[in-house]
Amino acid sequence: MRNVITIARKELNTYFQSPIAYILIAAFAAMFGYFFWSLVYFFVRASTQAQMTGRAMPMNLNELVIRNLLGNCGVLCLFMIPMLSMRLFAEEKSRGTIELLLTSPLKDWEILLGKWIGAVGMYASLLLFSSINLIFLFAYGKPDWKPLAIGYLGLLLQAAAMLALGMFISSVTQNQIVAAVMTFFLLLLLWVFEWMSNMDQNRVTEILTYISLLRHNESFIKGVLDMKDTLYYLSVSFLGLFLTARSLESVRYRG
Amino acid sequence: MIQVEGLTKRYARNVAVDHVSFSVEKGQIVGFLGPNGAGKTTTMRMLTCFMPPTEGTATIAGFDVVKQPLEVKKRIGYLPETPPVYPEMEVGEYLQFVARIKGIPEKEVLQRSQEAAARCFVKDVYNKLIGKLSKGYRQRVGLAQAIIHNPDVLILDEPTSGFDPKQIIETRDLIKSLAGDHTIVLSTHILQEVEAMCESLVIINKGKIAKSGTVEDLTRRNGAVLEVSIPNGAPEASALSAPFSSLAGVSAVHAEPSGHGLWRIDVDTTAAADMRPQLAQIVLAKGWNLHRLDSASLALHELFLSLTSPVAAVQSEQTPSEENEQ
Ligand SMILES: Nc1ncnc2c1ncn2[C@@H]1O[C@H](COP(=O)(O)OP(=O)(O)OP(=O)(O)O)[C@@H](O)[C@H]1O
Ligand SMILES: [Mg+2]
Repeated sequence: MRNVITIARKELNTYFQSPIAYILIAAFAAMFGYFFWSLVYFFVRASTQAQMTGRAMPMNLNELVIRNLLGNCGVLCLFMIPMLSMRLFAEEKSRGTIELLLTSPLKDWEILLGKWIGAVGMYASLLLFSSINLIFLFAYGKPDWKPLAIGYLGLLLQAAAMLALGMFISSVTQNQIVAAVMTFFLLLLLWVFEWMSNMDQNRVTEILTYISLLRHNESFIKGVLDMKDTLYYLSVSFLGLFLTARSLESVRYRG
Repeated sequence: MIQVEGLTKRYARNVAVDHVSFSVEKGQIVGFLGPNGAGKTTTMRMLTCFMPPTEGTATIAGFDVVKQPLEVKKRIGYLPETPPVYPEMEVGEYLQFVARIKGIPEKEVLQRSQEAAARCFVKDVYNKLIGKLSKGYRQRVGLAQAIIHNPDVLILDEPTSGFDPKQIIETRDLIKSLAGDHTIVLSTHILQEVEAMCESLVIINKGKIAKSGTVEDLTRRNGAVLEVSIPNGAPEASALSAPFSSLAGVSAVHAEPSGHGLWRIDVDTTAAADMRPQLAQIVLAKGWNLHRLDSASLALHELFLSLTSPVAAVQSEQTPSEENEQ
């Protein structure tokens, strides 16, 4: 366990010692802030209109602001995750530091688990920085915190699954750009499978819809902790980790 | 300490290491010598459990590299061809990271990393970013990384590449001082380095062992070398070699001009016995001037070239631009 922590800490430090962390934090905070304030603006306008016309407010703070916000964040993942996952193994391979890791008394799973945890930790800090905006919600409104927390958990689980897939792709190449592009298209593909739900229902479309990564986030965004969806993200993460382990083995054979 | 039996590594298209067998006693320094692409790095990668062999076995301190890799890895320190350093880390931070993954207890991590830094002369850059260091300093950090956990076996792939002359001497001294407690395998292209440090040699070419043994055994040759000048007249080679070939115990004589009116005569003998007094007497009896009389020994570069060049030439024809990628 100490080895896993050592590797995870190193990964997290590496993110924060390179410009990428700060660029992503700044970009994410900016996008998040933009989504947030425009949603709040709509909310305020809708509620003043409701007051003027005397009708009841059709949606509450949670429904209008938080749900849409979290939904947008899920989509944002598509662009952020490849940038976080691309370096995980590709960089070690191109620098030759993989030789240090693979000849130290570490088990392969300790290395990849540590790296994955480090990357998930990095994403968690992105979420943390962006959530500063939400303080205003609590200062001026009365949102329900429970669905919000579940929504955040959903985002984290989704990112964890995507990062595991991205880590696998990063382990098959030593070129970070290649890793990023391949990860982006894989995630995009997994996203557009969601459209299958609008087509005729048959076995194939059902399966493809089920595979879609973003679809499983819907329950979390609504503030419902769904066991099936949690299990889905965990199994995708596990699949990514497992594939990475296999790929590390073949790195060994091919040198 | 190290036993290698029939070690083979096949890549998709070529055989990098072909049935290599050798063994290294505890406390020895062994030099791996061979032209580019000979398979030195590949052999070392198999010894360090970086990649499994296609065939054959290797055991380090009694542990098999395939069956008990974790035990092997605990006992080796490895400096790859390119030092495995993270440019965005500081030297101290990096050494502490390595100390942790090598399994050094947390309370010793700081002390060990400082010790290793001091031993490899990187104490003065302990708080500098590795990315900002010069190549030689990066190599030293790589060396510090290899010795930090005081391993039984050190495997060093071209440990002094990129060093300045002073640093080369200091590193050689460091490596020599490590021998005894540690068993060391190092690869190099610098022949003086082998003479300065190694007790035994493995010369490897095209993936096969061309020759191995102690440096003394490999460079020993029975016989003597003379250099003479003839006071009057231009002699012939056969006239010069004749008086020696009739001597008992001499197997072959070869004479050739070596410039400035001197002749070099190589006398090969069948036994290891020293025949220099007899040879000197012949020269004096003939009335020649004796300029030099040595017992013959093969210079290391002669040995190296004779073992590797003809085959290496064939190889470079077959595979003109083979780069070794990692
Ligand atoms: N990953 C790889 N895939 C395919 N072939 C490889 C790979 N790595 C090395 N080789 C080949 O294996 C052979 C031995 O390479 P190796 O790196 O062991 O040589 P070396 O003795 O270390 O050479 P140098 O002195 O240049 O460091 C070379 O012909 C090389 O092209
Ligand atoms: Mg090499």
